[in-house]
Amino acid sequence: MGRILVQNRDIVVPGQLLAEGPDVEPASPFVEKRGDRLYSTILGLADIQDSKVGVIPLEGPYIPKPGDIVIGLIVDAGVTHWEVDIRAPYKAVLTVQEALDKPFNPATDDLLRYYQIGDYIVAKVVSFDRTHDPYITVKGKGLGKVVTGSIVEIKPSRVPRVIGKKASMISMLTSMTGCNIVVGQNGRILVQCQNRDLEEILVLAIKKIEREAHIPGLTDRVRAFIEEEMKRRGVGRG
Amino acid sequence: MAKQPPIPLISKTEDGRIVRHDGRAPDELRPIRMEVGVLSNADGSAYVEYGRTRVIAAVYGPREVHPKHMALPDRALLRCRYHMAPFSTDERKSPAPTRREIELSKVIREALEPVVFTELYPRTTIDVFIEVIEADGGTRTAAVTAASLALADAGVQMRDLVAGVAVGKVEGVLVLDIDQLEDEYGEADMPVAMAPGLGWVTLLQLNGVLSPREFREAMALAKKGIEAIYKMQREALRRKYAEVKPA
Repeated sequence: MGRILVQNRDIVVPGQLLAEGPDVEPASPFVEKRGDRLYSTILGLADIQDSKVGVIPLEGPYIPKPGDIVIGLIVDAGVTHWEVDIRAPYKAVLTVQEALDKPFNPATDDLLRYYQIGDYIVAKVVSFDRTHDPYITVKGKGLGKVVTGSIVEIKPSRVPRVIGKKASMISMLTSMTGCNIVVGQNGRILVQCQNRDLEEILVLAIKKIEREAHIPGLTDRVRAFIEEEMKRRGVGRG
Repeated sequence: MAKQPPIPLISKTEDGRIVRHDGRAPDELRPIRMEVGVLSNADGSAYVEYGRTRVIAAVYGPREVHPKHMALPDRALLRCRYHMAPFSTDERKSPAPTRREIELSKVIREALEPVVFTELYPRTTIDVFIEVIEADGGTRTAAVTAASLALADAGVQMRDLVAGVAVGKVEGVLVLDIDQLEDEYGEADMPVAMAPGLGWVTLLQLNGVLSPREFREAMALAKKGIEAIYKMQREALRRKYAEVKPA
């Protein structure tokens, strides 16, 4: 019979023994199996489900995954592609085929007419593996250039907390403020609100989530925070 | 003939105990302090103090490699810079990297490399910067301890933490965690770094002469010290999050 040596939501460190026994299984890529023993490979929170032990990382870079929605920043334009910063260790490539619906002739047209350096885009990761840089697309519902709103940057490891279990946090944020929120998996969050005050409250709330991500009871604290701020500033739901 | 120390390094008390020049027992560590996340610009950082030896480590990455041709196709590049601040020693140290610093950068990198999952981050680099703020012996081992904390703080996946300590021989006595004076006037100095969870020795150097028996004893002493430091490392990492209380 396997033994699990940590409590759920305990802070674990690299090299820490989490569980031992033949029937315990790793539940996340941040757990290493050596023989019959499971060790954490990262600083994070233990996540126990029955006989499976996982670790939710508290720190770490954003590593792209095909299908992820990310918010990118255009940093360079080539002849037929843009280079996009997606806060990953790799530059993302947005080809002109993945951006425009019409044929593009580099001899007569200029990419900077469509996306300029410094523009933010909401994009989707199309493909990425260890041998080549991530390719992204802006073709799809809700994707494309960001024209209004604010961008908040948080640690990529905190993104799951902003979304919450079964999207509980994000739906709470949307229903309380009436704002449109787009969460990029790379830790950039786009908020679009009716007025400035609401946008500021939401930005502060997201920063609070980032700071206190590892402390239980977060949703209630954030709700109380937003209610108080809205009362203090005298704003209603937009 | 070895140089004479300015003060007696080893003395005996009335009840026969061996006491070092700073009042420590031979197998006693200096007071150690650790703090994680001391720099906000770095992805991960740590401050480590072994007595009067003070070291800061900062980790950036995994990030894009510049210059690009240095990137490795199958794993991350681990780069390490050990540097002593000009004010860290008695006499001003030129800030230009010396032969010694270049060598220490290499041995520290090699002490960390085995525990880092570099294969998870191909074509990227993980940069480790170590700055010695004050040097009082044992800077390379304090540097390894700080660097491994900073790597963990940056969220880099690792097999284990690495901790280091130096063992020395002073007037025929094996002593743990030697300081500058004991290093300068002692007969031997042996820095050791280990990944205790794996039982790996990732750094081992020896300056001076030890008999095979003394070597084995010194290794046992180092292991004891490293295990104590390893425990403090884990606590330091946990403390960073335990201290963030809901506002």
